[in-house]
Amino acid sequence: MKENEIIKSDHKAILDMVEQNSSVLDLGCGGGELLELLTLRKNVRGQGIEIDEQAIYRCVARGLSVLHGDIDTGLSEYKDKAFDYIILNQSLQQLKHVETVLFDALRVGKKVIVGFPNFAYYRARLRLFFRGRVPVTASLPYTWYETPNLHFLSTLDFLDYCREKKIKVERKVYIAGENRIFLLPNFFANIGIFLISK
Amino acid sequence: MTKTSVGAVETKYFTFATPPEEFILESKERLSPVVLAYETYGTLNPDKSNAILILHALSGDAHAAGYYKDEEKPGWWDNMIGPGRAFDTEKYFVICSNILGGCRGSTGPSSINPKTNKPYALDFPVISIGDMVAAQKALIDYLGIDKLLTVVGGSMGGMQALAWLVKYSDRIRSAIPIACALKHSPQQIAFDEVGRQAIMADPDWKSGNYYGGKPPDKGLAVARMLGHITYMSDISMAEKFGRQKKNNIQPFKFTADFEVEGYLHYRGDNFVKRFDANSYLYITKAMDNFDASKDKPLHEVLSGKPLKVLVIAFKSDWLYPVYQSKEIVKVCKHAGIGASFCEVDSTYGHDAFLLETEEETHLISHFLKSVSQKRGKT
Repeated sequence: MKENEIIKSDHKAILDMVEQNSSVLDLGCGGGELLELLTLRKNVRGQGIEIDEQAIYRCVARGLSVLHGDIDTGLSEYKDKAFDYIILNQSLQQLKHVETVLFDALRVGKKVIVGFPNFAYYRARLRLFFRGRVPVTASLPYTWYETPNLHFLSTLDFLDYCREKKIKVERKVYIAGENRIFLLPNFFANIGIFLISK
Repeated sequence: MTKTSVGAVETKYFTFATPPEEFILESKERLSPVVLAYETYGTLNPDKSNAILILHALSGDAHAAGYYKDEEKPGWWDNMIGPGRAFDTEKYFVICSNILGGCRGSTGPSSINPKTNKPYALDFPVISIGDMVAAQKALIDYLGIDKLLTVVGGSMGGMQALAWLVKYSDRIRSAIPIACALKHSPQQIAFDEVGRQAIMADPDWKSGNYYGGKPPDKGLAVARMLGHITYMSDISMAEKFGRQKKNNIQPFKFTADFEVEGYLHYRGDNFVKRFDANSYLYITKAMDNFDASKDKPLHEVLSGKPLKVLVIAFKSDWLYPVYQSKEIVKVCKHAGIGASFCEVDSTYGHDAFLLETEEETHLISHFLKSVSQKRGKT
């Protein structure tokens, strides 16, 4: 990867959260862009899991270790604290069994990084309020009939959940496009990324 | 890059455990001497770090790639081995040997027993997948290779790759088990047993003492026919044969009217020309007895080792179903070693490991590149 290549803002936020030379398990790693970035920049020992066969070929072409499988079936084969970080970037909202996977991730990883589209983003609210249509935004680009997303949540929903389940939120990053959002993030951010631990 | 064949090749023979030395088997029985037929393609680099060992399946042999003089048919994995191919002979030194117990140049039940000067037949000791691998290790020692870049094979070849992980994980940097299992399921043992019974029910088998006379061709052909059914899938059979009847139907009852019947007969009849029935018995038994976690759980053996594993399975393979490959993946997860796994969407059944070369080439060539680079880094 070239130094000057544009890094997606969510990838950049995750890159900042991960320590040098750590071990990372990326759940729903897609074609492996993030995992490759982490390997090159942070020298992580990376492992991906991905359900799409074609994405597996792209990961392997990047020289990554990737397992073809469904993360919804859990991580039971991994030992406790087997990884420094478990990443669930843009995959949480597509899981059937969110709680099972999230708690398994908190067991297998010392820390978990969760990134998801914020349903309460102002453009989503406007579209719903004024046009009466289900939001289609940059971070929620799908129409109702083709979306892979099963769960729709806001960043506040997630933080409520963490409080309720006694999950420690160590860092919060809010993003809209290329920018970090600091003011009223549940309104102005279309992506939230959280570093959590048990 | 143009992909070409390795061209003309010759089989070589490596003899070891010559008297007074002996090769001690897992059963504690001894063999002396032992011959392995093997072929090599490409060139071993000066630091001997580019060697790959190809492991063949039940009916395979040392002739994995290239052409024998005056023969038109290339080796059994020719489309995977050669300049620009998955096992790129411009980069790697590729070795393939016929297994111990085989009948294609290596010591097996059809070899001459030096004690009697007659073929061993059933005096040949029971062999295991571990013994096959121990014999391969002797060949690797002889070639002066300390660490293999990878060991790779499909079906029984994959089980040998697993046996390398069990026995000699410090002698390999990676392994690629394809369409195989940590151990046979009762269904797999059952198919093997029917094959063995077909051979032993042939009156020409004569308790294994048929050498010099008429071999049990009928029985071996039936075993092979059964094997071929399990290597294909319902879909691949339907696509290949449909319910097509052959053109020259004989006016008798129970002749091979359907294309599929003709195909199986052809496969069976061809097989007996090149395979020894007793070898078939010994090898299938070795597969049935194999259990990668027999002595110690495999994940404990591998835990924390700097190994990489690539597991490949095929969706329509019902002889070695995908769940068995996932069991191997489970071991890797438990052991905490870097692993890749791909379930290739193929309709060819178990045979896919010989046919889906495009997907395998992509996965294997990149995997080998990353294993080679990893060594450069550390």
